[in-house]
Amino acid sequence: MGYDVEVILMRQAASYLAMPIFVVDPKGNLVYFNEPAEELLGLRYEEVGEMPAEEWSTIFVPTDKNGDPMPPEALPLMIALQQHRPAHDRFHIQGLDGQKRELFVTAFPIIGQHARDLGAVAIFWEAQPGWR
Amino acid sequence: MEVTLWGVRGSIPTPRPDTVRYGGNTSCAEVAAAPNSTVIIDAGTGICAIGQQLPADLERVDLLLTHLHMYHILGLGFVAGLYRPDLEIHIWGPDSTVGRLRERLSRYMSPPLFPVRIRELPCRLSLHDAPLGRFELPGVSVTAALVCHPGPTVGYRLEGDTGTVAYLPDHEPALGACQFPDLPRWTSGFDLVAGADLLIHDAQYADPEYPDHLGWGHSSIGQAVALANAADVRHLIPFHHDPGHDDDCLDDLYEALWPADNGLLITPAREGARLVVGAQAPI
Repeated sequence: MGYDVEVILMRQAASYLAMPIFVVDPKGNLVYFNEPAEELLGLRYEEVGEMPAEEWSTIFVPTDKNGDPMPPEALPLMIALQQHRPAHDRFHIQGLDGQKRELFVTAFPIIGQHARDLGAVAIFWEAQPGWR
Repeated sequence: MEVTLWGVRGSIPTPRPDTVRYGGNTSCAEVAAAPNSTVIIDAGTGICAIGQQLPADLERVDLLLTHLHMYHILGLGFVAGLYRPDLEIHIWGPDSTVGRLRERLSRYMSPPLFPVRIRELPCRLSLHDAPLGRFELPGVSVTAALVCHPGPTVGYRLEGDTGTVAYLPDHEPALGACQFPDLPRWTSGFDLVAGADLLIHDAQYADPEYPDHLGWGHSSIGQAVALANAADVRHLIPFHHDPGHDDDCLDDLYEALWPADNGLLITPAREGARLVVGAQAPI
């Protein structure tokens, strides 16, 4: 089955944007991440393709400000997906290139016509000096 | 199933001497699949000709609207059947995130834009927000899905006993797609058109014209052919001709496609053309 047109258009918009972006389906599978996200994660979408939630939510070792591991359900993207609401947070990840990064993440659900649950989107910003 | 093309022009009616061979009426097709009923897709100005030919023993008409851009509904008030109290008419079309089909259609079917209100029509009329997915009509199973075009727009797939027809008259699946049409799951409308015996598809622009119309919601001829090839379509009907393309221009554009090199049959849409789906003979 193909993706709904809203998700297709979301991917197409993401592919043109300079912010790192994840798109997940209603089950939480990471169905697309754009080139800026590839740099952030140290992974190429063309190489890894889609990734189940249990994999992407732990593979990057997300940790909170105290350095404690964050459970998948605490990640903004999972909150957006499971609770159908926007979520925003700041945490650290370790990309597959071994680099640690501090990120701001804003996530929102994708809700189509007829209240169809189509997944969620996360937009990442690497923390800059002075950001709170 | 018999398909008749009643209006094949995009954007605006073009009744000119130099468009008479392909036709100047806007989008409308008819699919006859069951006795005493018929399915009409879109209500462009082409629909007026159907009204003159509705048989007296017709009991039911299902009108499927892809979207509510004006030239797709311009002929709606001129369907003769709407004024027949004996006729059951069902209009199906996309709602939006903020309005039902009835409310949205009423903006046109009411004064001052049109003298007759929907509630005043004498036929037995039902309006349905087109379900996204499969639903049954007399003689055909219909699948509707949202497709890439500005505003809520659906494409339709109609499956009958003798074959499958896909109708996507306003569709820009190549928009922003860097690998169009090589990723079926990421191609708008792909599931609707896959394996269709007959694909009636937007082909508004010559390929060199497309870059100047990016995001307008329409395809080039080459994109329509590429989608049909990728989706294993048997017969492509390029449709929704640009109002600026006269008969000679369309002749030239489609002559360049002959002969098709891979078995795909391509017949540019002409007003009045009929096709029996599942039969080998082209229009």
